[in-house]
Amino acid sequence: MKAVVTVMPKQSVLDPQGAAVAQAMQHHGLEAVGKVRVGKSIEIDLPAGVDESKLHELCRDLLSNPVIEDYSLEIAD
Amino acid sequence: MKFAVLQFPGSNCDQDCITALHSFEGADAGYVWHKDTSLSGYDAVIVPGGFSYGDYLRCGAISQFSPIMGAVKEFAANGGPVLGICNGFQILCESGLLPGALVRNRDLHFLCQDVHLRVESTDSRFTKGSAVGAVLRVPIAHGEGCYFADDATLHDLQQNDQILVRYCDEHGDINQASNPNGSCLNIAGIRNREGNVFGLMPHPERACDALLGSTDGRVIFDSLLA
Repeated sequence: MKAVVTVMPKQSVLDPQGAAVAQAMQHHGLEAVGKVRVGKSIEIDLPAGVDESKLHELCRDLLSNPVIEDYSLEIAD
Repeated sequence: MKFAVLQFPGSNCDQDCITALHSFEGADAGYVWHKDTSLSGYDAVIVPGGFSYGDYLRCGAISQFSPIMGAVKEFAANGGPVLGICNGFQILCESGLLPGALVRNRDLHFLCQDVHLRVESTDSRFTKGSAVGAVLRVPIAHGEGCYFADDATLHDLQQNDQILVRYCDEHGDINQASNPNGSCLNIAGIRNREGNVFGLMPHPERACDALLGSTDGRVIFDSLLA
């Protein structure tokens, strides 16, 4: 099975990288671009039957920092 | 006083710390590898700057789980002084020894320059030898030094006098222009509530010798050694 963890900066945290990307998109002709936020996506190969609560624990304690980021976990078979 | 200077793969200010410490009377210092599990024989811990684990995932995210960090937490819980500089500050925040987090600089640039810091509190083992309002000139060198914490945490930091140094101009005025990286409240360094753990982004160990342009960083080590 495969897990995909998406980590995004919290709405309350300034994302200067996203702002810079939005500006670059405007310069490349998409004047109407709205807010852009940059996060990361982590793909993890796992054996079948891995404890999902353990995965959430790792998402919270290692893969994201709850002070500044939110994560979502998607598991595909 | 014997200082343990931690070494993670990617630490690069460890030798600066040892060299600086050797210029203080009464200070002895030794390296402690991140895979060690004991701080026995040491009286203080420095988590130095650098790019531990290549800053992979987030700055300090992987180092927080190094074997030595268990001993650092125990050392801190027993009241031992712990000083985190730059990447060391990031590691202390990631490991929960200090509140908040360090994120990308407001303008996205890596900043390598001298800054001015205003001492906000002398109620700590790290600043007791200074004076409130004193202005220190100390270098910074970081890409992720923008201190962030939610409003409740910032409120607590202020209430408990935990903000030890803030970015200011050469006159000691704190304003947006003197905030190099966008940190909340111009925060450059904070202590824990108990007062024995201090983290800051600037490098006091690089401001301990007149040859390097400033000796203003010495007050932090002098305070610890007093």
